[in-house]
Amino acid sequence: MKICVLVKEVPDAAVEKRMDPNSKRLDRSGEKNLNPFDTHAIEAAMQIREGGAADVDEIVAVTMGPESAFRALHKAVSLGADRSVHLTDEALSGSDVCATGYALAKVLESESPDLVLLGQQSDDGECYTIGAVVADHLKMPSLTQVIKIDVEGNKLRCERQAEYGYDTVEIELPGVISVGDAINEPRYPSLKAIMGAKKKQLDTKAVGDVGIEADRVGAQGSQTEVLGINPPPQKQSGEIIEDEDTNETVEKIVAWLDERKLLA
Amino acid sequence: MSILTYALHYEGEFNKNSLGAVSEGAKLAEELAEELGGEAAAVVVGGEDLTDELCATLGKYGAAKVYRAKGPEGLAQPVVDVMAKVVQDNGFKYALFGGGLLGFEIGAGLTARLGAGVTMEVTSVKAQDGKLVAERPILQDSAIVDVGYVGEPGIIIGRLNAFDIAEGGDGTAEVIDVDVALEDHSTKAVMVQRGEQRGADVNIEDADILVAGGRGLGKPEGFELAEALAEALGGAVAATRAVVDAGWYPYAAQIGQTGKTVAPKLYLAAGISGAIQHKVGMQNSENIVAINKDPNAPIFEFSDLGIVGDLNKILPKLTDAVKAKKG
Repeated sequence: MKICVLVKEVPDAAVEKRMDPNSKRLDRSGEKNLNPFDTHAIEAAMQIREGGAADVDEIVAVTMGPESAFRALHKAVSLGADRSVHLTDEALSGSDVCATGYALAKVLESESPDLVLLGQQSDDGECYTIGAVVADHLKMPSLTQVIKIDVEGNKLRCERQAEYGYDTVEIELPGVISVGDAINEPRYPSLKAIMGAKKKQLDTKAVGDVGIEADRVGAQGSQTEVLGINPPPQKQSGEIIEDEDTNETVEKIVAWLDERKLLA
Repeated sequence: MSILTYALHYEGEFNKNSLGAVSEGAKLAEELAEELGGEAAAVVVGGEDLTDELCATLGKYGAAKVYRAKGPEGLAQPVVDVMAKVVQDNGFKYALFGGGLLGFEIGAGLTARLGAGVTMEVTSVKAQDGKLVAERPILQDSAIVDVGYVGEPGIIIGRLNAFDIAEGGDGTAEVIDVDVALEDHSTKAVMVQRGEQRGADVNIEDADILVAGGRGLGKPEGFELAEALAEALGGAVAATRAVVDAGWYPYAAQIGQTGKTVAPKLYLAAGISGAIQHKVGMQNSENIVAINKDPNAPIFEFSDLGIVGDLNKILPKLTDAVKAKKG
């Protein structure tokens, strides 16, 4: 079995994120890191490999992003991927969900995976959607927010929480699964793995290398446009208590609740 | 035609978020009647429980027509096949979804199938210059972007509870059966079990006071502190998706995107960071108190009283103090 894991470089959680008022895109300067949700997808691939229910020949980390995104691939490889593919091209800049999903599907097509895994959302933007977009292009069955995967021959038995409780769904491979963060606790990479990551194969691809039609990607190929960026409605910020003396803190909380007649 | 809204149902009843979306679709179609040139419609996919009678009730929420197709329930890709055909055959200009997992999946699949623009987590839709513009909060709700559509159709996926249910129509939508051959890949996912309830059945929707616990409680036993406080306050205990999925607390107590939506008089969040998926289920609570050791937790952005500190120290003392105060 060959598993491709889609990963993304996102601004580090500690960095204050902002929109660039000129380009109307997210300002992506500053410290970056591997999208924390993607580490669960890599871990899921590793657990399939180590679980023994399937022979995993290869785990390939795949990303689309600017030149700097190779660092996310190094991190992915340090967490267990065997090699990585970086789709990077000026023509892709400004792609919306529709264009991004199409471009990623084309790279994946060139890899012919049996299973595509990804995180349930990215820390910086699009939620929940990329897996389903990619799956439709690849004509593969797909599920999002999966919290348990069992390999049974050519099928995966998946569990997830949906609108009315827990669903168990069986999908036939090849397929696309986005995993929820409850699926596992990602391991920490060893120092050796971190040092070795730079030596693993990393293929850089441009739009033309994987047959992407340039007019379907980038700002030109996108079907949505950001018309404006506005501040949210002002909400009066609440009172904050730093707990130093717990007895005093508790006294304040009780007084606050009592004032609002919540202790009646 | 103008706006096509997906209506999810389960065991003979439509989903509340879907009814909100159907209402919103009808409202927008009316506002843009001249430009869109048609009434709003809904689409349903499922089995025998989708009776003529049930489908026609969507008229109460403003749908003039209901397109009904036979297909497996609880899975997104068959609905993508149906909606792609209905949109193409009838020239719908927008497809609209209420919040929830399936809405996201179907909307995203439709985006790929039709090469269409999509906006998700939408909290509001407005008519502007004859077109729809979707408002989407981003970056932990610190900014709102206005998104417009270049081509047709435009796909709008609402955030949970974004659209209000509005009954106004006469309850007699025209039901039109459509026959759609499913794509091969849409038949390769099979529902084995749907809607399994895990853990005890607890009722949190009627409680005036909720003490909700998240990962910050540290371990399943941490919920004992929340339970003691809830008992002292005369309330019930709720939980986040993270701790429910981890098996710390029953599913029936879950608040948020895939759980319940509540608006009690007091919502006391213990060890909850306040991710959007949680926020959408409790943000309308009258009073929100948050206790968290991380001063940067997003929950402090929308709580009325925030306490930065250690739960293990604060909760037991707070429980005692509440008991003493109430006598």
